[in-house]
Amino acid sequence: MSEAVSHDSHHDDHGPAKGITRWLFTTNHKDIGTLYLIFSLIMFFTGGAMALIIRAELFQPGLQFVDPHFFNQLTTMHALLMVFGAVMPAFVGLANWLLPMMIGAPDMALPRMNNWSFWILPFAFTMLISTLFMQGGGPAGGWTLYPPLVLQTGDAFPFMVFAIHLMGISSIMGSINVIVTILNMRAPGMTLLKMPLFVWTWLITAYLLLAVMPVLAGAVTMLLTDKYFGTGFFLGAAGGDPVLFQHIFWFFGHPEVYIMILPAFGIVSQIIPTFARKPLFGYEAMVYATATIAFLSFIVWAHHMFTSGMPIAGQMFFMFATMLIAIPTAVKVFNWTATMWRGEMTFETPMLFAVAFVILFTIGGFSGLMLAIVPADYQYHDTYFVVAHFHYVLVPGAVFSIMAATYYWLPKWTGKMYNETLGKTHFWLSTIGVNVLFFPQHFLGLAGMPRRIPDYAIQFADFNMVSSIGAFIFGFSQLFFVWVIVDCVRNGKQATSQVWEGAEGLEWTLPSPAPYHSFETAPEIK
Amino acid sequence: MAHASNDSYYIPHGSHWPLVGSVGLFTMLAGAANWLNGSSTGVYILAIGALTIIYMVFGWFGTVIRESEAGIYNDDVDSSFRMGMMWFIFSEIMFFAVFFGVLFYARTISIPWLGGDSNNFFTNTLLWESFTAEWPTNGPGNMGGEFEPMPPWPLPTINTIILLTSGATITVAHHAIQAGHRRLLTTFLGLTWVLGFIFMACQAYEYYEAYAHLNLTLSSGMYGATFFMLTGFHGLHVTIGAIILMVIWLRCLRGHFTPEHHFGFEAAAWYWHFVDVVWLALYIFVYWV
Repeated sequence: MSEAVSHDSHHDDHGPAKGITRWLFTTNHKDIGTLYLIFSLIMFFTGGAMALIIRAELFQPGLQFVDPHFFNQLTTMHALLMVFGAVMPAFVGLANWLLPMMIGAPDMALPRMNNWSFWILPFAFTMLISTLFMQGGGPAGGWTLYPPLVLQTGDAFPFMVFAIHLMGISSIMGSINVIVTILNMRAPGMTLLKMPLFVWTWLITAYLLLAVMPVLAGAVTMLLTDKYFGTGFFLGAAGGDPVLFQHIFWFFGHPEVYIMILPAFGIVSQIIPTFARKPLFGYEAMVYATATIAFLSFIVWAHHMFTSGMPIAGQMFFMFATMLIAIPTAVKVFNWTATMWRGEMTFETPMLFAVAFVILFTIGGFSGLMLAIVPADYQYHDTYFVVAHFHYVLVPGAVFSIMAATYYWLPKWTGKMYNETLGKTHFWLSTIGVNVLFFPQHFLGLAGMPRRIPDYAIQFADFNMVSSIGAFIFGFSQLFFVWVIVDCVRNGKQATSQVWEGAEGLEWTLPSPAPYHSFETAPEIK
Repeated sequence: MAHASNDSYYIPHGSHWPLVGSVGLFTMLAGAANWLNGSSTGVYILAIGALTIIYMVFGWFGTVIRESEAGIYNDDVDSSFRMGMMWFIFSEIMFFAVFFGVLFYARTISIPWLGGDSNNFFTNTLLWESFTAEWPTNGPGNMGGEFEPMPPWPLPTINTIILLTSGATITVAHHAIQAGHRRLLTTFLGLTWVLGFIFMACQAYEYYEAYAHLNLTLSSGMYGATFFMLTGFHGLHVTIGAIILMVIWLRCLRGHFTPEHHFGFEAAAWYWHFVDVVWLALYIFVYWV
C-alpha cells in the first residue's frame, strides 16, 4: 500500500503509525483486514503443503513417504488449518476491508476488539501446529474429533482443545463486531434492503457464528473433562453416548459449512452484476434465500451421521430437511444465471472466478443432494465421494470466491491494477487443476475407496494418480497467485476510483487506494 | 486524541492491550495444557498467564472508563456497546444450551436406550443386562460408585431465593440510577454483589456436601457430570458477574455514571439477569425435575 501521508502529530490519526506497532496495535479496519488476509494466505499454503504430502503419498498404492500415523495427523491438521485458519479468516479479512466501505462507515464499530479478534489467531495456530512436534504427535482422529478415538491423542490433546477455544473466542468477537457494525454504523439512508449482498450474507454468517461457536467450545470442553476429569459424557458405561458428541459437533458443524459459503454467495452476488452490467436479478429473493439457508442449517445436522445409528423417523426428517436446502440454493443459482442472461458480459479475472464458482459450486451442491439420500448415503458414507463433495463446495466454491474477491477489490485496496493476462493464467491453471484433482475422487468414492487412509487397493490406482497430478497443478498454481499480487503492488498501473465500468456501490466512490479512514463523514445514499 | 467531539464516532488509536490479552491467554492455556500433561511447571505458567489477563483487563477497561468519563463516546458508540453486550450474552446462552442439551439427551435418549428402549433391546441384553433406565444415574457401569443425588431442599432453594432477591435489588438500583438517587443506588447495588458472593458461598458448601457426604462427584456418571458442569459453569458466571457488579459499585461510589449515561451499569445488570435466568432453568431441570 502506498500511503504517503505526512506524520506530524497533528495528522497523527489520519494515517497509520510507523513500524511494526502499526500492525501489532492497529485498530484500523483496513490494517486488520490486511492482517487477516495475509494470515489466511500463510495458513492456505501451510494446509496446502500438508494436502500435497497427502496426495504424494496417494499417488500410487503402498506406503511411500509417510507412516500411517503421520498421514492421519496430516489429514486432521489439513482440515483444521484450512477451515479455521484459511477460509474463515479470509472471509473475516474481506469483511473488515469491505463492510465499512460498503455501508458508509468510518471503521468497524469496536476497533480495539477487532484487533484482539485477529491477534488471537496467530497464537491459536502456533499452539495447534506445535502439537505435531509433541510426544505422540498431533491430533490424528480427523477434524471432527470423534470420541473415543480422539481421546487416544497424546500430549497434543489439551493443546488442540485450547487452540480450538482460542479460535472460538476470536470468531465470537469478530462476529459481534460484524453484526454491530452492520446494524449500527450504516450511513443515513442505507436501509437494510439497500445493503449490498456481501453485507447481508455477512450479517447472517455472523449470526450463525455466534450461535454455533459456543456449541463447539462446549463440545471440546466435554472432551477435555472426559479425558482428564473423569466425566462420562461420551461413555456408555456412565449413561453417556459417543454419538452424543457427533450430534453436538454437527450441530456446530453444519452451520459452520454455511459460515464458509454464505459470504462466498455475497461476493459472487457483487461480482456478477458488475461484469454482466445489469443489476442483480431478484435482490430481495437473494436476501430471503440466504436467511432460509441459515435457518435450515440448524435442522439438518444429523445427515452427517446416517450410519451412526438413529431411529428411522430421525433419518427421514434429516433427509427431507436437507433436501429442502436445495430450494433456496437453487433460487440463488437461478438468480446469478438470470443476472447474466442477456447481459453485456465481459470476462475479466474476477468474473471468470465467479462464473466458475456458480458452475463448480453447483456440482458440489448436487453431490450433496446425492449424499442426503439415506440409503445412498449408507454406500457413500466415509468414502472419497464425500471428500469430492465437500472439496467441490470449499475449493472451487469458497476458495474461488475469495480469489474472485481478491482480484475484484485488489485495485481498490492497493490503488494498482493487476496484470489481466497473469490473472487469467492463474484462473485457468486453478480451474483445470481443481477439476483434475477432485472430479476423479467422485469415481473413487462410488467405487468404494474409503477416505482417511494412506494406502488403497490396486483398482483405485489410476484415478488416484490423476487426482494427485491435479493436486500438484492446483497447488503450485497458487504460487502464481502470490506472484500476481506482488506484481500488482510493485508494477501495477494506477487504478481509477471506479475501477470496473459496471461496478456499483459505495466502495467505488472512494479513491483508489481507499483512504485510511473510510468515510469520515457519512456519504449520501440515493 | 482527536475525534473527541461529541458528534463523531470515536475511533481509538492503536492499543497494545489486545496483544497483552493474547499473550496472556496463550500463556495461561499453554500452562494449563502442560499441567494436564503432568508437568510440574504447568501450574506456574498458568498463573503467570492468568495474571497477565488480569493486568490486561485492568488496563483495557481502565482506558475505556477514562474515555467514557471524558465524554468522548457519543450515542452511536453507546449503541455499539449495547448491541455488542446483547450479542455476547446470546453467545453465552448458546454455550449453556449445549450442556442443557446434553442433560436432555441423556435423560430422554441415551439412558433409556441403554435400558433397552426403542429398538435397543440387544444393547441392554448383551451389554448391560442388569441395567434399568432411571434418573438420576451414574450409568450402567456404576461410575464413581453409589451416590446420592443433590436434593433441591434446603440449599438450592435458599440459593434460588438469594439469586432472585439479587435480581430485585439490582432492579431497585437501576431505577435509582435513572432517578439520580445515589445513596439508594450504592446501597442496593452493594447488596446485589454481596448476595452474589453469599450464593457462591452456599454453592461451595453444596459442593463440599456432595463430595464429603453424598459421594456425588464429577465421576458419578452422567448425573455427576451434568450436575457439576452445569452448576460449575453457572457458578463461574456468577463469580464473574459479582466481580463486575462490585467494580460497577466502586465506580458508583466514585461518582461515575449519570441518569442518562450508564451503559457499564446496564451491561452488568443484563449479565446478572442472564445468570439469574440460567439458574432458574438449572433449579428446575437439574434439581427438581
